[in-house]
Amino acid sequence: MKLNLKIWRQKDANAKGELVTYPIKGIEGDMSFLEMLDVLNEELINKGDEPVQFDHDCREGICGACSLQINGEPHGPDRLVTTCQLHMRKFNDGDTIVIEPFRATAFPVINDLIVDRSSFDRIQQAGGYISVNTSGNTVDANATPINKHAADEAMDAATCIGCGACVAACKNASAMLFTSAKVSQFALLPQGQVEAVDRVQNMVRQMDLEGFGNCTNTGACEIECPKGISLENIARMNREYLSATTKG
Amino acid sequence: MGILDSKVPKGPLAAKWTQHKNDINLVNPANKRNIDIIVVGTGLAGGSAAATLAELGYNVKTFCYQDSPRRAHSIAAQGGINAAKNYQGDGDSPYRLFYDTIKGGDYRSREANVYRLAEESANIIDQCVAQGVPFAREYGGMLDNRSFGGVLVSRTFYAKGQTGQQLLLGAYSAMNRQINRGKIQSFNRHEMMDMVLVDGKARGIIARDLVTGKIERHSAHAVVLATGGYGNVFFLSTNAMGSNVMAAWRAHRRGAFFANPCFTQIHPTCIPVSGDHQSKLTLMSESLRNDGRIWVPKRKDDAIAIREGKLKPIQLKEEDRDYYLERRYPAFGNLVPRDVASRAAKERCDAGFGVNKTGEAVYLDFASAIQRYGEEEALTHGIKNADDKEITRLGKKVVEAKYGNLFQMYEKIVDENPYETPMMIYPAVHYTMGGLWVDYNLQTTIEGCYCAGEANFSDHGANRLGASALMQGLADGYFVLPYTIGDYLSKDIRTGAIPTDSPEFDAAEKTVQDRLDKLMAGSGQHSVDFYHKKLGKIMWDKCGMARNAEHLQEAIDEISALRADFWANVKIPGKADGMNQELEKAGRVADFLELGELFAKDALTRNESCGGHFREEYQTAEGEALRDDENFKFVSAWEYKGEPKDAVLHKEELKYENIELKTRSYK
Ligand SMILES: Cc1cc2nc3c(=O)[nH]c(=O)nc-3n(C[C@H](O)[C@H](O)[C@H](O)COP(=O)(O)OP(=O)(O)OC[C@H]3O[C@@H](n4cnc5c(N)ncnc54)[C@H](O)[C@@H]3O)c2cc1C
Ligand code: SF4
Ligand code: FES
Repeated sequence: MKLNLKIWRQKDANAKGELVTYPIKGIEGDMSFLEMLDVLNEELINKGDEPVQFDHDCREGICGACSLQINGEPHGPDRLVTTCQLHMRKFNDGDTIVIEPFRATAFPVINDLIVDRSSFDRIQQAGGYISVNTSGNTVDANATPINKHAADEAMDAATCIGCGACVAACKNASAMLFTSAKVSQFALLPQGQVEAVDRVQNMVRQMDLEGFGNCTNTGACEIECPKGISLENIARMNREYLSATTKG
Repeated sequence: MGILDSKVPKGPLAAKWTQHKNDINLVNPANKRNIDIIVVGTGLAGGSAAATLAELGYNVKTFCYQDSPRRAHSIAAQGGINAAKNYQGDGDSPYRLFYDTIKGGDYRSREANVYRLAEESANIIDQCVAQGVPFAREYGGMLDNRSFGGVLVSRTFYAKGQTGQQLLLGAYSAMNRQINRGKIQSFNRHEMMDMVLVDGKARGIIARDLVTGKIERHSAHAVVLATGGYGNVFFLSTNAMGSNVMAAWRAHRRGAFFANPCFTQIHPTCIPVSGDHQSKLTLMSESLRNDGRIWVPKRKDDAIAIREGKLKPIQLKEEDRDYYLERRYPAFGNLVPRDVASRAAKERCDAGFGVNKTGEAVYLDFASAIQRYGEEEALTHGIKNADDKEITRLGKKVVEAKYGNLFQMYEKIVDENPYETPMMIYPAVHYTMGGLWVDYNLQTTIEGCYCAGEANFSDHGANRLGASALMQGLADGYFVLPYTIGDYLSKDIRTGAIPTDSPEFDAAEKTVQDRLDKLMAGSGQHSVDFYHKKLGKIMWDKCGMARNAEHLQEAIDEISALRADFWANVKIPGKADGMNQELEKAGRVADFLELGELFAKDALTRNESCGGHFREEYQTAEGEALRDDENFKFVSAWEYKGEPKDAVLHKEELKYENIELKTRSYK
């Protein structure tokens, strides 16, 4: 395949970025999107140019590091995959592909296609945990039976990889889907009940402080989420939040 | 022998750890506030250690090269974590877990460490459940289990195919709680470049801020390395792209012995290599072997026809298939340990029975499982006279519930539907059992430098059974290190903060700066990946699934020459004073180029076959590994002396007081 890549290049957080065009050939359908960028980078390095910098690590769709906006969609055209799981067989010979970093005020660009998603960590630090000491003195795990349905639903919420596609997809750059996934996981489990009120309030407060926008129920986040995190989580978080504020 | 004191406590095996905990010195809570600990790595081992140390009251600084601790490589573990809970009532016990692990490791691990691991295993599950880790449950609300290769009980706890993810997010949340309290300072996108020793003790690190390129000094009373494994020395592996040996290697150069570098686990169920531009290999969880049957055609002409696309695997009749694991190992069948399964696959492919274009793949087939589950479902739901189509439909649903996400992953990569046609798999480099040598307290040969998780050598011997790496990482981090490090730190309560303006920090920083300058000064012939791929090819061809003396010697010479070429001719664009991913890679590959040579040297000195280390010269008539306990029942611990060729071997003799050494048989 021959392709025409238009890639966002930006030296650092303060520099002005621009789209630069790179023609590339010899791309095979079996390559992943990131392997295609590896090929481009090898070419650039051999020419003495600076390679395109992008975030990635596991290349299996689980670490949440890769984060490209491909033709205007986070993680590209395929559904339920991350960029590293996107294969070039989804593109056609001669295609022009526009590659940009995830865009959101709370995700400032650091370099080329790399953004700073530490705001996500701070939301988790505000309450995305259960306050139990790691002393090894906990009760036997089977002492608290959990019905399979609740456990499975909690698991579904817990599979969020913190990639930020939901934010990048949202016209308001809202972090509701991400935040609600963690709130839901704990809301569904007995262990999470004790701190439920504080947790949801603290996490939502932090989310607002980080400059994420409001949720207007457009649903773009759910469509672009590589892990299929559902909008129900947002509804659940809203309920949790409402009851927390009325109780609080 | 004097240098390698394993510090294994005296007394009966089952009482050692409890006794040791009673004997070690404690640090009073008020004093813990005056003690700083650096934890490098925030995977399962580092994340759990950091959280617990902070919770105990120490001031903790964590480092990781990713943008968030949550992305450490542990996140990728699929299959599960072992614990001797005996919830299934199938006869499991800490002793049995201990026994399976020692046997699985081909009798090359330390008894006392493995026993402690088995003892703590049950605690881990309780801890993680308390943290809200959503393990799989049965309908009655109890935890579900499955089984893994090398054992005859069901002791593996899991969270769909994302167990590592859920356990890591548990440790990450425990870390977050401490970050929120101000007890952990977390330095993300930071790479440890060197270790600083003051009076022979580990007192800090030199790190590079990967965003600004700034070189920083960080001091502490003790340094914990939990930086993962070095499988990426092979270039193609199941490891995350950034996994590296740098931190461990820098400590090695400063005096930490490197143990058993040649013990590498090759995992039997990975998606085969598809082309030259491939950057990594993807694992298909071992849990698939609970239901999948592994086969190749019985006749070579069928294999050739399949490779040429003239024959489809589903067209091959049952009697024309060779279920070689079931044939060779009737007792364990498809659930033999990984080293055995990997070698058996290689043997069939080398003999010409491989099924993909390159002849390096075997089938993992779910057709009989779909049939079996379908019939079971029809029965339990009272569906009489179900036809084949209905049975297949019902069976597929069960298989989907168990392995759906793995099947989906396979389909995305290979573009074939594994419900309809058998998966193709081939062994790939997966886990490194070698690492920094540590004593029972997890201290390296550098005082005050501790090492946990995959980065250390302990517990797994020459091979690792499935679901035991996660277990070791969390046991080390939550339950072992926080105790043992206290014993060391109890002597440090009057030391006060460690200054970073000392000559030792100056010198270490200069070493780092000089190295970066040297990397940037390469003449610019080839990219970093060019060298990494070359190294990987030498490693796979000559230090891979089978090794022999001649090839290992060649590998040593070739790697040494490649290293010289790398330093003279590598090309790194850009500058060192900002973000530069090529420079990051270069630093890591530079260390792989030293480790690779030591790896080959270690394999060359070990004149036996055991676990993941298979020397062609040492095998039985049936092609099984031939161990030599008389001469090689030791841990090789290498001391740095400049070039890898000059490294000095120290041996820690392994004593088996509670287990009889037997030939490992899974027949
Ligand atoms: C695909 C896959 C599936 C697996 N499945 C299973 C399974 O089912 N069950 C099981 O038991 N095991 C499994 N394993 C093995 C297991 O996941 C790992 O052995 C284990 O997670 C390693 O944990 P760790 O904490 O030691 O290191 P890692 O999780 O690798 O963490 C390393 C940390 O060190 C940091 N780091 C490294 N170098 C530096 C440096 N120089 N400076 C700063 N930071 C640094 C990294 O940023 C990271 O935070 C699997 C492995 C893979 C690859
Ligand atoms: S909710 Fe989905 S899109 Fe958003 S961070 Fe999590 S996995 Fe990514
Ligand atoms: S690189 Fe890990 S999710 Fe894509």
